[in-house]
Amino acid sequence: MTSWLLALSAFVVFFLGYRFYSRYLAEKLFRLDPDFITPAYRQEDGIDFVPTNKFVLWGHHFTSVAGAAPIIGPAIAMIWGWGPALAWVLMGTVFMAGIHDFGTLWASVRNRGQSMGVIARNVIGPRALTLFLLIIFFLLLMVNAVFAVAIGTLFTNFPASVMPYWLQIPIALVIGYLVYKRNWSILLPSIVGLALLLGLVYAGTLMPVSLPEETAGYPATAWWVLIMLTYGAIASRLPVWLLLQPRDFINAHLLFVCLALVYLGVFVGRPEIVAPMLNQDLPDGTPPMLPLLFVTIACGAISGFHGLVSSGTTSKQLKKETDARFVGYLGATGEGLLAVAAILATAAGFATFSEWSEHYGSWQQASSQGIAAFVQGAGSFLQHLGIPLVVATTFMSMMVVAFAATTLDTGMRLQRFILGEIGRQYNLPVLSNINVATVLVFISCVALAFFADPSNPGAGGMVLWPLFGTTNQLTAGLSLLVLTLILMHLKRNYLLALIPCLFVGVMTAWSMLINIGNYLADGNVLLTAIGGLILVLNIWLVLEGIAAMGRKRAPEEMLDQGEG
Amino acid sequence: MGAIKRRWHQLNRFYDALYVTPYRRTARRAQRRQEDLFRLLVMSEALGIPNPASFYTLELLPFLMEDFHAWHLRMGMEHSPLEGMKCC
Repeated sequence: MTSWLLALSAFVVFFLGYRFYSRYLAEKLFRLDPDFITPAYRQEDGIDFVPTNKFVLWGHHFTSVAGAAPIIGPAIAMIWGWGPALAWVLMGTVFMAGIHDFGTLWASVRNRGQSMGVIARNVIGPRALTLFLLIIFFLLLMVNAVFAVAIGTLFTNFPASVMPYWLQIPIALVIGYLVYKRNWSILLPSIVGLALLLGLVYAGTLMPVSLPEETAGYPATAWWVLIMLTYGAIASRLPVWLLLQPRDFINAHLLFVCLALVYLGVFVGRPEIVAPMLNQDLPDGTPPMLPLLFVTIACGAISGFHGLVSSGTTSKQLKKETDARFVGYLGATGEGLLAVAAILATAAGFATFSEWSEHYGSWQQASSQGIAAFVQGAGSFLQHLGIPLVVATTFMSMMVVAFAATTLDTGMRLQRFILGEIGRQYNLPVLSNINVATVLVFISCVALAFFADPSNPGAGGMVLWPLFGTTNQLTAGLSLLVLTLILMHLKRNYLLALIPCLFVGVMTAWSMLINIGNYLADGNVLLTAIGGLILVLNIWLVLEGIAAMGRKRAPEEMLDQGEG
Repeated sequence: MGAIKRRWHQLNRFYDALYVTPYRRTARRAQRRQEDLFRLLVMSEALGIPNPASFYTLELLPFLMEDFHAWHLRMGMEHSPLEGMKCC
C-alpha cells in the first residue's frame, strides 16, 4: 500500500464530508439563516464582538484548535496499526468533530455568543456549569504535564532542535515589540521572522545542544521538563502581546508549511507503508484497542477543546450565520488533515518494518516515543523534497515543540485564571494573587509530571495521555449533550448529535474503568485518584443528561429565534 | 504598479486582521488597565489622594473629560460620581 493513495483517500473523504454532510447539517439540521443578525453585529463592542471576515476567522479558529495533540495521539495509536487509527480519524472528523465544532458554533451564535459552559447551565441546569469547570480544570492540569514531557522527549531525541526553539523566543519578542510599540504592519516582520527561523533550523543542526544523560539522579528528559515548566510559568506572566501573540503567529505559519511539506513529500516520494494495517502481534502490556483507541486519539478525531474555542471567541466574531459551516466544519477538517499527516508519517516514514517495530516495541515506548517516531517519519518525507534528513527532523521537532510550548504558556495562564475564580468563589483572596497562583500551577504541573509514573520520574508524564484524551472527550460529550437537547426541543433530528454523544460517553467510561484497573494493579495512588474523579464526572454527565431529557422546555428558551 | 500596491496593502490588512483577531480582547483589556492607571494618576486629587504632580496633571483634565464619561458609564454609574467633574 502506498501512502499517497491513503492521503488522496483522506482528502476525498474530507471533501465529501464537507460538500454533502456539512451542507445537510447547515440546511436541514441547524437551518442557518443568512439574514440572522449575529452577536458580532447585535452586540458589537470592538473588543469581543467584532464582525470578522470568514477566512480570517477560519485561520484564527484552525490555528487555535490545531497543535501538538492531533500529532501525539495518532503517533501513539499507531501501535494498533494504521487501519483503526485512520478509520477513527476519518469517521470521527466527518461525523463527530464536524457536527460538534459546527454545532457548538451555531448554538453559541444563537445564544448571544455565550460560552458552552453558560449554554450548558441554561439548557441542562446550574450543576452543568460546575461540571464543565471541573472538566476544564482537569483538562488543563494534564495538558501542561503531558506537553512538558513531550517537549523533554523531543529535546533529548533531537538535540539539534534545542537552539532554534529557544532562539524563536527573541524573534517573537522583537516582532511583538515592532508591532505593538512601533506600530508596524505584521506581514513583513512575520515573513522575515519565519525566514530567520528556517535559517536557525539549519544552524541548529550544526550546533546540537544536549544535557548530560543523568544529573543528580534524574535523566535529561526530567531536567528538560523542569526547564520547560519554569519557562511556561515565566512566559505566562508576560504580557500576551510581547511573546504569546507573535509566537503563536509564527507557529501558525509553521503549521501551514509543515502540512504542505508533509503532503508534498508523500505525493512526490510516494513512500510505502511499512506499519501493519492491523497489528496482530501487539507487545505485552498494550491495552485493548477497543476502547482505548478512541481516547488515545482525541484531537484529530473529536475534541471537546474545539467547542471551547467555537463558543469562546469564534462565535462572537461570526459575520453571517451561514459562515459557521465554513469556519466550524472546515476547522475540524483541518485538524483531521493534521492527524492523517501524523498517521502517514508514523506508518510510512520508516524504511523497514523492523525499524518501525523498534519505535513500537512496547506500549510504554509507543507512549513516550510516539512523538519522536512522528518527527522521524515526517522528516523522511521531507527528504523526498531534497531536504537533508537532519535538517528535516530538526524542523519537524522544533515545530512540535513550539506548538506544545505555546499550549503550555496558554494552559498555565488559563489555570491561573481558574484558580483566581475559585479563590473569589470560596473567599480565598490569596488564590487571586497572580504570583501565588503561578507558583501553585507550577508546583501542580511538576508534581504530576514527576509522580504520575513513579518508576520513571520526570519522563513518565505520558502515562497521563489516555486520561487527557478521556477528559477532552468528556468535554465533547457535554457539548454534544447540550446540542442534542437543543435539537430535541426544537423537534429536529437530534440523533445526529446523540449518537456521537453516546459513543464518546461509552468509550470514555469504558476506558476509565480499564485504566483505573491498571492503576490499581500498579499501586499508583495518584493516577487511581485522578482516574476515579474523572469517572465520577463521567457518570455525573450521564445522569445530568438523563434528567435534562425529561424536562419540558420551550424552543425559545433554547435559542435565539432571530428577527428574520 | 498601482494594482500591485493595492494588492500589497490588501495582503497587509489581511495579515494584520489574522494577527489581531485571536488576541483582540486580551490586548484591549491590557490597554484599558493602563488607561485606568493613567486616569487614576490624573484624577487622584479628586479622589483625595495627594498628588505631587497635580500642577501638571490639572492641565490634562479637560482632555480626559470624554474619556471620564465613558469610564463612569462602563462602571455602571449613570452620572459622574465626582462633585467637581460634571461631564453629563
